[in-house]
Amino acid sequence: MAEKVAAGCARPTGGPVGEEVHEETEQKQNTVKEERSMIMVGQKAPDFTAPGYQKGEFVNIKLSDYLGKWVLLCFYPGDFTFV
Amino acid sequence: MSIDSMFVHKMWNEDELEKMVDGGVPFPMLSDAGGKVGKVYGVFDENAGVEARGRFIIDPDGVVQGYEVLTPPVGRNVNETFRQVQAFQLVRETKGAEATPSGWKPGKKTLKPGINLVGKVWKEWTTDMAFDE
Repeated sequence: MAEKVAAGCARPTGGPVGEEVHEETEQKQNTVKEERSMIMVGQKAPDFTAPGYQKGEFVNIKLSDYLGKWVLLCFYPGDFTFV
Repeated sequence: MSIDSMFVHKMWNEDELEKMVDGGVPFPMLSDAGGKVGKVYGVFDENAGVEARGRFIIDPDGVVQGYEVLTPPVGRNVNETFRQVQAFQLVRETKGAEATPSGWKPGKKTLKPGINLVGKVWKEWTTDMAFDE
């Protein structure tokens, strides 16, 4: 039966149930290591494109289109996450 | 930017944020499905599948001047973010001739780094200047 979950700022997530395959786990950890890159102050911000919503319209944004302007790029855990 | 779709962004803006801010959020609310961008910026939590509260100040040359990353339950200080942007703008306008000491905010004294300032900061800056009055 469904279990009640308290609403917090960190979103609860699920995952596959059952025994983990050891090989796969190792592989995954390696991938994560490769993908993790540290942002350095004084270095270029990695460029990206992303779809989004702005003032009643769906838009596509490219970071490098904002060259010449100051940009505040903010990440957050999810819409409706309280704080 | 969050992992939510632009559809959810629209509903959050219309159902809640417009009630806090007149006219709703003016800037783009970006969607990062799968956390691809968040991974590159080092703010994507693989286990939770969501992004931390990361905030990056990017200058007109596309260079990251500063960042801050918080776990989900603590909100940001927008005044501090603006203060940092104003400080970076001042440094940029003076082409690095002026620097902003600890506690600086607009209207407060800046320092002019150079050979004559070496060992003389104590004459120009006191610890009480690190705090708001």
